[in-house]
Amino acid sequence: MNTHVKITGSEPADLSRRSFLVGSAATGLVLGYAALPGMTDQALAAPGNFDPSVWYSIAPDGIVTVTCGKADMGQHIASTMAQIVCEELGSNWKDMRVALASNDPKFNDPVLGAQITGGSWSTMMNFDAMSRAGAAGRMALVDAAAGMMGVPASELTVRDSVISHAKSKKSLSFADVVKSGKATRTFNADQLKAITLKTPDQYTMIGVSVPQLDIPSKTNGTAKYGIDTMLPGMVYGKIVMPPVRYGATVKSVDDSAAKKIPGFIKAVTLDDKTGTTTGWVVAVANTYANAKKAADALKVTYDGGPNAKLSSESLLTEAKRLQALDDSGLFFVKDGDTAAAFGTAAKVMEAEYTTNINIHAPMEPMNATAQLQGDIWHIYSGNQFATRSGAIAADAAGVDPKYVVMHQMWLGGGFGRRLDADMMVPAVQAAKAVGKPVKVIYSREDDMTMDFSRPLTFQKIKAGLDGDGKLVALNHDVVSAWPTKRWGIPDFLSPSVDKKGALDAFTVNGADFFYSVPNHNVRAILNEMAHNATPSGQLRSVAPGWTFWAVESMVDELAHAAGKDPAQYRIDMLDGKGANAGGAQRLRNTLLAAMGMAGYGTKSLPKGEGMGVACVSSQERATASWTACVAHVAVAPSGEVKVKKLTVATDVGTQVHPDNIRAQVEGAALWGLSLAMYEKATLKDGGIEQTNFDSYKPLRMSQVPEVAVSVIANGEKATGVGEPAVTVVAPALANAIFNAVGARVRALPITAAAVKDAMKA
Amino acid sequence: MPNLNINGRNMSVEAASDTPLLWVIREQLQMTGTKFGCGAGLCGACTVHVNGEAVRSCQTAVSEVAGKKITTIEGLSAKGDHPLQKAWIAEQVPQCGYCQSGQIMQAASLLSKNSNPTKDEVVAHMDGNLCRCMTYSRIQKAIMRAASEMRTASNAGTERRAT
Repeated sequence: MNTHVKITGSEPADLSRRSFLVGSAATGLVLGYAALPGMTDQALAAPGNFDPSVWYSIAPDGIVTVTCGKADMGQHIASTMAQIVCEELGSNWKDMRVALASNDPKFNDPVLGAQITGGSWSTMMNFDAMSRAGAAGRMALVDAAAGMMGVPASELTVRDSVISHAKSKKSLSFADVVKSGKATRTFNADQLKAITLKTPDQYTMIGVSVPQLDIPSKTNGTAKYGIDTMLPGMVYGKIVMPPVRYGATVKSVDDSAAKKIPGFIKAVTLDDKTGTTTGWVVAVANTYANAKKAADALKVTYDGGPNAKLSSESLLTEAKRLQALDDSGLFFVKDGDTAAAFGTAAKVMEAEYTTNINIHAPMEPMNATAQLQGDIWHIYSGNQFATRSGAIAADAAGVDPKYVVMHQMWLGGGFGRRLDADMMVPAVQAAKAVGKPVKVIYSREDDMTMDFSRPLTFQKIKAGLDGDGKLVALNHDVVSAWPTKRWGIPDFLSPSVDKKGALDAFTVNGADFFYSVPNHNVRAILNEMAHNATPSGQLRSVAPGWTFWAVESMVDELAHAAGKDPAQYRIDMLDGKGANAGGAQRLRNTLLAAMGMAGYGTKSLPKGEGMGVACVSSQERATASWTACVAHVAVAPSGEVKVKKLTVATDVGTQVHPDNIRAQVEGAALWGLSLAMYEKATLKDGGIEQTNFDSYKPLRMSQVPEVAVSVIANGEKATGVGEPAVTVVAPALANAIFNAVGARVRALPITAAAVKDAMKA
Repeated sequence: MPNLNINGRNMSVEAASDTPLLWVIREQLQMTGTKFGCGAGLCGACTVHVNGEAVRSCQTAVSEVAGKKITTIEGLSAKGDHPLQKAWIAEQVPQCGYCQSGQIMQAASLLSKNSNPTKDEVVAHMDGNLCRCMTYSRIQKAIMRAASEMRTASNAGTERRAT
C-alpha cells in the first residue's frame, strides 16, 4: 500500500501586499467552491501518487505533474512554475509535466489569496511558495530513501530525479521511492517557512532556458483552448449583440425567420443580474454555422439606453470638463506644496496627453462552454480570474457559487481580456434554457464591439522649473474610466493619500515615478460617462501604458525647455533620494544600458532621423521591473514615421528563463509599438465602430522593426516581464520624432497627419 | 453530403453546401488544431491546404473542396516532425500558440515551392497571418531554419541518388 503524504496547513502566505476575498461585489456575489462529493480535483490524486503539496504530484513512474494556478496565456507561466519546483525538488526536467488548476481555492495565489493572473505578478508572487513546495518534496523523498538505503539522510544528494549515496554507491530514483510508499514526512506551514532554500549560486535550473513544456502541443494542433471544448450532446450559441456597447435592453425578438434555419433550437434573451452584459440574445443551434445563420435571421429590437448617443468626442469633452474642476478626483500622490512651488517657479509649462480606446483582440475570440451535471455547473473557458468568473457564472445560473467548477484551458491570448467573465453569462443561460451543454463562441465582431477595452484617457500635466531648469513642481491629472472599480471588489481599490475616498490605482500606477520631484500631485479622476458607456478592462500593461506616455513625454518637453539632453535630464532626476533609493539607481542603470546598446549620442544622425529615450518603473511601484527604451526613427516630410530600431533594456532582478524573458520583452515592446502607431478604436452612437482586423489593426510582420533586448539580472528578487516593455515604447517614439523633426505629438496613436501638423506648428 | 479528402482519408460529412470548411473540420471531424480567428479571411488562424495551396478555411465553403486534397495541421506530418514544426520548437516560437497552426500551414505552402526564400519573400507570404503575441521575428527565424533543413535534406537526397 502506498501512503499519501500531504503537507498539513496551507502554503506560507505573504499577505503583506494585498489579500482579498470576493464577497462584497456589487452584485452580491460570494466566492465559493464546493467540497461536495465528486467535485474535488481527483485527476492528480491518483492512487499510488506522492503528493507533497497541492502544487504537484509525483506518480509511481516518476513523472512530476505541477498544477499551475495561474492562467497561461502564452507567458509560459505553467512551465515557469514547474521550473521553480524542479529547482528545489531536484527532478529531471524531462520528468516534468504541467496541469491547469480548477477554481478550487486550494490553488489560490499564495500572495493574492485568489485565482487571478495579471500585473506581471505571477513569478515574483509564486517563486517562494513553489520553491518551498519543491524543497519539501525533496526532503520527504530523501528521508524515505535514507530509510530504504539504511544510510543517514544528510549523506544523500539529489540530482535529475535520482537520490544517491556516494560512499555506498547506492541510489534510488524518485520513482523507486514513490512506488515504495515510504515517503511519509509532512510539513506544516511553520516547517515550510523554516526550510532553507538554495542560494542563487546553487541554482542548476533557475536561469536556464529549458524547453517550454507547452510548446510542442502548440505546433501540432493538440493544445486545447476553451474554444476546443467538445462535450457529448453539446450545441452551439452565437450571440446577437446590440448596437450599443452598454446599456441597451431588448424590446422584442422575432424568431420567425430563424425557425426556418435547420438545426435552430432557441433564441435566449439574457437576464443578467450581474450587470456584466446588456441586451444580449443568444441563438442556439446544433452547429455553430447554423447558430450564426439563425443569429443573422433573428430580428431584435432594442431600447438603446442612456449611452446610445455617446461618442469618443463626448467622452473626451467630459474628461476635459472634469479635469478643469478643482475638486475632481482623489489624490494618488500628494508630496510637498505644488501651488506654492508654481508661484515661485521660473517657468511653468502645461501639456495635455490622450490615448484612444484600445481593444484586446486576442486571437482566440471569447468563448465558454457550460454544462449542468446533477447540481454542478461545469464551465470550460480559458480565464484569468477564476475566482470572480466562477461567481459570475453562478449568479447567471442562479445557484450558489459552490456549485460551479471552472475548468481552466490554455488561453489563446489574454492580455487582460480574460480577467472578465461576460462569456460565462450567455453560456450558462443558454445551457439552462435548452437543457444541454452549450458552447458560446463570439464572432470577431462580437469580440471587438463588446471588448472590455483600455479606456480612453485624458491627462494634463503642469510642471514648474526653477532657474536652473530643474523640475520642482508637477501636477498630474489622470481622467479615465476605472476598470478595477467595475469589478466591485473593494480590496482592489486603494485609499487616496488624504483618506478622502477609494481610488482605482490601476488607472494611475506609474505616475508615482522614481524621479525626485519635491512637490508632486497626482489626481485620479473617474470619467463616469466613459465608465458607463465603455465598461473598461485591464489591457496589457494597464495604467503605466498611459501614465508613462504622459510623464515620459512631458519630461522630454521639460528637458528641451531647460536646454538639457533628455537622457541626462532623466539621470539627474534619478538621484535615489528618500523613498526613491534603490529603484531610481536601477532605473538609471537600465537607461544607461539602453543608451549604450543604441549608441545614443555617439554620432550625428542623417536629416529626418532621431533617437528618443524613455524609462519606466512598470507595473507598480512595489512590483517594478526597470525598463528603458531608445527608439530610432526616420520621419518623412509627409509625417510618415519609419521605426528603424527599438532598443530595450530591462532589469528583472533574477532570470528564471532567459529566453522566455526575451520573448516576452520583445512581444511587449511590439505591443507598445502597435498601440503607439496602429491601434485605435472609436465610439460612435454608443457603439464601438471597429469590428474586425480590417479596421482595428494590430501590428503585422511587415511592420516589425529591428528590436534589440538587453536583460539585466543582478540577483535581486525576480520581477515580471510580460507588460513593462509595452509602456516604454510610445513615449520613446514620440521623443524620437521630436528629436528628428521637432514635432511634438501628444495623442496616441501617432499618425502621419498629426506628425505633419506638429511639424508645421 | 459532401465527400472530403482530409489528411489522406476520405470522409463523408453532413453539412449544408455553404458551410465554411473551418466548422466542418472543427465540429464534425473534431480536429480542433485549425482555429477560428476572425471569420473574414483577415487573420490566417484557420489556414489549411487545399491541393497544396494555403487557403482560409473560414472563407471556403465545404462544397468548393469536395474531391480536393485537404491538409490540416494534424495531417502536415505523421509525428509532428515536419521541418517547420521542428523549427518552431527549436526557436521556441509559440507564446499563446493559438495562431501557430495557421502560421505553420501558411509557411509550409511557401517552403513547398521555395525552399530558399529571402526575408522579404517570407514577410510577403506571411503578412496575412496575425500573431497577437507578436512572435513575428521567431516565426521568421523558424521558417529560415526549416528552409535550411529542407535544403540540406534535399541535397543529401540528391547526393544519395547520384551515387
